Parts: sequence; C-alpha cells; structure tokens
Amino acid sequence: MEVLGQQLFNGLTIGSIYSLVALGLTLVYGILHIPNFAHGALYMMGGYITFTMMTVVGVHYWLAIFVSVVVVGLLGVLMERIVFHPLRDAPPIHDKIAAIGVLLFLEALAQWIWGADYQSLPTPYGQVVNLFGLTVTLQRVLIVVAAVLAMILLNLFLKKTFTGASIIAMSQNREGAHLVGINTNKVAMLTFMISGGLAAIAASLSAPINLVFPGMGHLVILKAFVIIILGGMGSIPGAILGGYILGFSESLGATYLSNDYKDIIAFVLLVIILTVKPTGLFARGGH
Amino acid sequence: MSVLLNRRTVVTGLILFAVLFPFVTRNDYVIHIMTLSFIWMIGVYGLNLLAGYTGYLSLAHAGFFAVGAYSLGLLTVEAGVNFWLALILACLFTGILGFLIGMIALRTREHFFAIYTLCVGYIIYLVIYKWDGLTGGVRGLIGIPAPSNIGPISFTSSISQYFLVLFFLLLTIFFIYRIVHSLTGRTFMAIRNSEDLALTLGISTMKNKLVSFVLSTIFAGLAGALYAGFVRFIGPDIGYITITFDLLIYLLIGGIGTMSGPIVGTLLIVWLSQYLQFLQDYRMLVFGPLLAFLIIFYPWGIVGIFQQWKQKRQARKARSIHQEENRKDEVELDAGVSADQEQVREG
Repeated sequence: MEVLGQQLFNGLTIGSIYSLVALGLTLVYGILHIPNFAHGALYMMGGYITFTMMTVVGVHYWLAIFVSVVVVGLLGVLMERIVFHPLRDAPPIHDKIAAIGVLLFLEALAQWIWGADYQSLPTPYGQVVNLFGLTVTLQRVLIVVAAVLAMILLNLFLKKTFTGASIIAMSQNREGAHLVGINTNKVAMLTFMISGGLAAIAASLSAPINLVFPGMGHLVILKAFVIIILGGMGSIPGAILGGYILGFSESLGATYLSNDYKDIIAFVLLVIILTVKPTGLFARGGH
Repeated sequence: MSVLLNRRTVVTGLILFAVLFPFVTRNDYVIHIMTLSFIWMIGVYGLNLLAGYTGYLSLAHAGFFAVGAYSLGLLTVEAGVNFWLALILACLFTGILGFLIGMIALRTREHFFAIYTLCVGYIIYLVIYKWDGLTGGVRGLIGIPAPSNIGPISFTSSISQYFLVLFFLLLTIFFIYRIVHSLTGRTFMAIRNSEDLALTLGISTMKNKLVSFVLSTIFAGLAGALYAGFVRFIGPDIGYITITFDLLIYLLIGGIGTMSGPIVGTLLIVWLSQYLQFLQDYRMLVFGPLLAFLIIFYPWGIVGIFQQWKQKRQARKARSIHQEENRKDEVELDAGVSADQEQVREG
C-alpha cells in the first residue's frame, strides 16, 4: 500500500511537469497550428539558465526561476519573429523543418556554452518531509504546488483578462480574431512568451530531481506531444489532464510492469490512440 | 533536344567521375568518407521519395535505417547467413515492417504523421537499446563480416567496397528516377499537392502513400544494411533521432523534391563537416540556423536555387525573343497603317 501511495505521488510530480510542458506546446499549436519541435530546447534552456543563475551568479532559487522564465520567454518571442512569422503562409512541412533547425541550434548552443556533462541543480528544498504518511522530499511537494499554482494563474489570465481572451479568440478563429481588431502578431508573440515561460518553470522545478544536460528536452518534448494528442491538439484542459494521466501511468508502469521500458509506455499509448483514432482523442472540427 | 543531350552528358560525366574518383585520389580516408556519403545518399533518396514527392515528413527514418543494419548484423553474426542473402532479407524485413507501420501511420496526416513517426522511431531506438539479449544493447554488434566474394570479386579493399556502394547508389537513383517519371510518381506528386483533390480524381491515395512509404523504408533499410557491412560495427546510436535529422539536413540543403538534391546536399554537408571538424558536436550551431534559413528563403534548397536561376534565364530569353517578334509586328502594322493613310490621302 505504501509503495502504491509513493508511486501515486511520484506520478503526481511527473504529471505536473508534463502538464506544464504540454500546456506551452498546446497554446502554440492552438494559435499557429505548428507542432513546435523546438519546445524541448526551450525547456532545456530554462533548466540551464536557472542553473547558471544559481551557481554562477548565486541568486536565490526563486529569483533564478524568474530570470529563467523571462529569458526563455524572450527566446520564444525571438523564435516566433525570426523563424515562424516569415513561414506563416508556407506549407506545413516547412514549419516543422524550421522548428527542427532551431532545436538543433539551441542544443548545440547549450553544449557549447555549458558542455555535455550532466549537471545537478542545487535546491534549498532538499529536506525530507512526512506527508500523510508518505516520506517525500520537499522539492517534490514544491513541484506539485508550484505547477498547480502556475496552471491556475494561467487559467485566470486566459479567462479573466482581455489579453488572455484575445489568445483564446485567436485559437478559435484566426481570421475572425483579425477581423474584430485583435493584433494577431502581438498575440502570437505573447503566446510564444507564455509558452517559453511555462517550459522554463517546468525545467527549473524538475531539474533538482532530474539533471540538467543538453539532451534533457528530448524525452520530455516527445511525451508532451503524446499528451497533446491524447488531450486534443490546442485544448488546454486536455493538456493538463493528459499530463497527469501520463504521469500516473508511467510511475505505476515503472513499478508494476518494467522499469526498463517505462519510457516506452507513452509512445505505445500514442501509437494505440492514433491507430484507433487518427485525429487524436477529443479532436476539434477539422484538425 | 539540346536539354536532353545536356542532361545526358552531365549524368555520364558524373558517373565517369565517380568511377575514376578512387583511382585519382588513391587516399583511403577520402574513399572511406565518399563511400559513407554514398550510403547516406541512398537513405536520403528514400526519404526524398516520401517527404519530397509524396509530401509526408517521416521522422522514423533512422529507425528503419537501424532496422536494416541490425537485421543484416544479426543474420550474419548470430545466424551465420551469407552476406548477400542477409542483405536481401534485411531489405525485405525492413519493407515488411514499413508496410505494417505505414498501414497505421498513413491514416494520420501532416502534424500527426510527423509526431507519430517520431514516436515510432523512438520506440525502435528504445527497443534496440534495451533488448540486451538480442541486439547487445549499448555494446552493439561487433564483427559483422564484409560482403562475401562473388566469383573472383572480393570486397575486402576499400576501393572494391566503394564500387559496391556506388553500384547500389546508381541502382537507387535509377529506380527513383523511373518511379518519379512514371504515372506512380505523378500520383505521388498529386497527393503532395492536394490529397483531397487526388482522392476526388479517383486516385487511391492510401495505396499510393503506402507504396511510397514502403519503398522509402526499403531504401533506408538498404542503406542501413550497407552501412553495417561497411563499418562492421553497429550500436543503437544509428537509430537515434539525430540520424533522422542528419538525413533531413542533407535532403533540405540539396533540395527536397528534386532528383539531384540528395547528391548535392549529402556531398556538400559531409565534406563541409570534414572541414568543420574542429567544431565537432557544435557543427549544428552552423547547420541548425542554415536549415531554418533555407526553409524560409529557399525552400527547394541549392538545386532549387539553380533551377530558379535557369528558369529565369529561359524566361528572359523567351521574353526577349517575344519582344523582338512583337516589335517586328508593330513595325509591319505601322507600315500598313501609314500605307493605308497614304492611300486615303491620295484618294
């Protein structure tokens, strides 16, 4: 029973991270209809910037995360301006290839700046706490709390503010949004900023329990794609729900099936879903 | 007619150059790199058929490359099968796997297809990596035999291996050329340009997409099998996504959806990588932005730039001829009009 409880909590932690990454991905997909393969690279940059801010500059963990969110958010905006904006009318195959180009560049850049070694991020919250009879590190509790908080804030922003509503409007109908006077350029940039920021939060939160290295985004981004297909491309609740579903199935699968093949679960899940329903679960309209 | 003659001489010249190349350089290292780039070209041609001509971007190609390589490696090392039989079986096996995956994968479109194949590629990589008992896991497969002799011809020297791979490359190019310029090829392009329209015209898109997918995986498998026989050692890394990205870079820089793109792109990037060896793992600092830049400004690659330039030149020539004719017409017309006027005045 205790193993199960422990694994469920693990699932909650991993699921929170996945949800945050998938949220960024789904927002961008909703607005621009591009699968941003470079999102994993943004995640990786987020981890490294927090790492640098803490070890080199020596600021506090939270301040480091804040800097990381701003920098990676701006990186996202830059990416939109330089790469995706000129390609907005190109055939869909071009966006994907351009995104892969950006991904390769950012990974090589990280390796050039920080080296290929695995780095561990120090955390001020390493102590062990007892939570409802489970022994967990404070960092894991923090991941869940911070991730949920970020999701609530994002939801409030999208639902309650005018700017947030314009993002929703644009994801519903790009031409319509343009017609009623929404500046689609600004909204696209803002979306990339939020998306990058979410990736940075996710990476900074998970880095202390995982490690920071140039390829850290690979698996996470692949799984995030699985999640947004699971939850419907462009759907925000779907991304959150899908993230937790994947988190739980992975942590339980690792314990009860095979630890070696736990990373395969997500992909097998995806293959099954797309086999049964080629447009993904909960697909909206023509997409 | 002159265009045809022109193309024929270019192709003959290139083949002649490729045949004479090892005797000219006599440098084993250069021949080694050249052979390797020929192997990549075979894989890139496979990818080109699917992504360039049919419009489906598959990101599982390194997986199929690895399947081909491992099939050959396991058949020759573990089962002791003759190299040539193993080569055929490896291609066949990759093709069958491609058929099964394609049946499901091709039900999806555009982004879903790219993501689906990305995941399939990753599953193949993970299986090779984790299935210690069969594939040797991280340690890889060692001691794959070189191609066995055919009669008096042996394939132990680097020059003979070079010719073997060149033979398969030429076969691949010939095959792809015939497909692309056949009705099947036109059908692929119709699907690329608009799948719905192709469907409306009565084209069985699923069947044609599947043919394209299976062929392209067979070429990937062939390239993988040749790679295994040439390098004689394979590890799970050859199935990783980076290899797919490498193939994609070769294809895009050369020119996606063009006949000569894979040759141009592969040769250029492989040799550029040799000169940029001081960059090592950082070469993507150059190639990553280059990829994004090309797709924004020159989506059809170097070959595309060349073709555009040729077309422009032809158009200009045609226009100047046209203008000259127009001018002549105008002069005649003017002359006619003035003659009429004179007649009127006289009358």
